[in-house]
Amino acid sequence: MTCQDLADFLMDYIEGALPQTQRDEFDSHLGACPPCIEYMKSYEETIRMGKTLCDQPDAPIPDDVPEKLIRAILSARAKSAS
Amino acid sequence: MLDETMLLTDLRAGKDAAFEELVRSYGPRLLSVARRFMKNDEDAQDVLQDSFISAFRSLGRFEGQSKLSTWLHRIVVNASLMKIRSQKRRPETSIEELLPQFLEDGHHVDMPSPWKSNPHEELESSETRTLVQESIGKLPESYRTVLLLRDIEGLDTEETAKMLGISSNAAKIRLHRARLALREVLDPHMRGDA
Repeated sequence: MTCQDLADFLMDYIEGALPQTQRDEFDSHLGACPPCIEYMKSYEETIRMGKTLCDQPDAPIPDDVPEKLIRAILSARAKSAS
Repeated sequence: MLDETMLLTDLRAGKDAAFEELVRSYGPRLLSVARRFMKNDEDAQDVLQDSFISAFRSLGRFEGQSKLSTWLHRIVVNASLMKIRSQKRRPETSIEELLPQFLEDGHHVDMPSPWKSNPHEELESSETRTLVQESIGKLPESYRTVLLLRDIEGLDTEETAKMLGISSNAAKIRLHRARLALREVLDPHMRGDA
């Protein structure tokens, strides 16, 4: 197994979707290749960073819906209701 | 704290003030959802307007099994995807140049090195949030959309594939390549020695 093989199948490895034989090859490669361990960690961190972007319900929301847009939405509703 | 039940009652009764409260209360968060999908603010604003108009029309069908905010969120995601689909398709940039490069023997061209110890915590900083958002924006559209639906919106592969009209396998492959590319884009900023 090469570093490229590891990158190709990293998602399946992390999700536990690899057959045991291939998983053993992964583990063996990781045991001998510290850069690939760092690569895997940063891949996982990439996923976490994306998720956190959306998972912060308490994060401040910029109050920047333009007043003109709010008026346009309400006006469209008033027209369709009349 | 907004009382959703009362608001819903007033909306169904057609009270103008309730519609205004709905737009003012939920608009900012929904606009930020639309901005994640759309590449410019004008399109995001169009999506928000389309979404609210669609929501107003569908209020009678909203059965209250989910929260109003969740229902509206879903409408914005759908409206964003429709907007992306309706835009004239320009040839998409290739993702190849964003993917990790390897030597003929399969070793990394650029040897991976550790990222900062707690980049996750750094997300509290608005600079890092902006960096992640801008980095996602650099991905080709078909990859960016899959990543947004799976990793950001939290849909599963089957739901993502269905929303995009592609096979589950295609969604899975695109997701992995999108993550690899995003890691590459973030890497220079996140390395511990940066």
